Amino acid sequence: MSAAPAPPGEPALLRYLLRLGDSSLVLGQRLGEWVGHAPAVEEDLGLANIALDKIGQARLLLAYAGEVEGRGRGEDEIAFLREHGEYLNPVLVEQPNGDFGQTIVRQVLIDAYQLELYERLASSTDARLAAIAAKTVKETRYHLRYSGGWLVRLGDGTAESHARVQDALERLWPYTVELFAEDEVDRAMTDGGIAPPLAAIQAAWSVRIDGILDEATLVRPRDRPYAWFGKRGEHSEHLGYLLAEMQYLQRTYPGARW
Amino acid sequence: MNAQIDTRVAAAWRALAAVEDPEIPALSIVDLGLVRSVGIEADGALHVHLSPTYTGCPATDVIRRTVEQTLNDIDPGRCVVTPVLAPPWTSDWITAAGRDKLAAYGIVPPPYAVSSASQLLHDERPRACPRCASVETACVSQFGSTPCKALHRCSACLEPFEVFKCI
Repeated sequence: MSAAPAPPGEPALLRYLLRLGDSSLVLGQRLGEWVGHAPAVEEDLGLANIALDKIGQARLLLAYAGEVEGRGRGEDEIAFLREHGEYLNPVLVEQPNGDFGQTIVRQVLIDAYQLELYERLASSTDARLAAIAAKTVKETRYHLRYSGGWLVRLGDGTAESHARVQDALERLWPYTVELFAEDEVDRAMTDGGIAPPLAAIQAAWSVRIDGILDEATLVRPRDRPYAWFGKRGEHSEHLGYLLAEMQYLQRTYPGARW
Repeated sequence: MNAQIDTRVAAAWRALAAVEDPEIPALSIVDLGLVRSVGIEADGALHVHLSPTYTGCPATDVIRRTVEQTLNDIDPGRCVVTPVLAPPWTSDWITAAGRDKLAAYGIVPPPYAVSSASQLLHDERPRACPRCASVETACVSQFGSTPCKALHRCSACLEPFEVFKCI
């Protein structure tokens, strides 16, 4: 009854692509929640633009994942018709928006991570992934410029804004541990030259984050042990609510197009 | 045979040069440097390679459909349009004519060649106001009405204006 062995590297590549694609998809959905609610029209546009880039990246990555999977599923089916535990994004990206400061803190932590990641993925041995990364990294630089600029203004702003972003940083920091928690999928990617070792990204990310926090007069929280593994499909309760909203239309009107 | 191929390719370029960017209709997709190549391949079909600008740009799908329709009008049933990601599109590919059209349209063209990381992250030089030419201007938002533009404001004439981002 044993299934035919999958081609070497294929399942790990599929899982890796889903981790990348789901990270952008879920974050894009979260940022889209700000449309019409941001504190100023410029920030409404800024967050919506970043959301669009994220969803564009997710489309490229999930379409590729569908081809690697080889079951005929396209980007939309993968994005809208999977179950909670099949999403492989780290738990950080699904955390609620909170106030504008908390959204900015989450964004800085992820932008800095994706910048270091995609800079290295641009020289992946996987040509398709390298092309997506080379495209993505240029946009991510703008995203970090936006989020980093706001974190400095809020952190080095009023006593109230400083307190709020420091509080958000304490709240979100524990979730960053997962970004660098290496498992067998990461090791398979590194061994194949497809993805960089997470330790290298962590070191560069850490330097970049310290620079921004320093300028923002914020204090870096201490690392603590971490129990969630979104990239293995174990999510916080927040993802379910997000998916319910995101999937509603495709579940209610299967195959709807416009 | 070769003359025939040249004619088809030249006709395709002429038609593509008339396809407007849906977000900035003053520019064609050729001005923007989105048309990577046009050629006749072994199957006898006209193959056009197109670069998307931003991954999240909603105009990408519209442009592709318009190109397919335009080419089908001049070369029915013998056209294939393929998006290409690598190398990634850069604002450096906007042609000289395209830059002039942008400026005439009131959008400051991307101000320098070569979009390196350091320029993207640290370049804070003020852009000259397209209305009064003052350099007393400031960036209001790095994200404007479309992903490719930033919003600036002139302190001299107090008018807002858009700057095409360097990417």
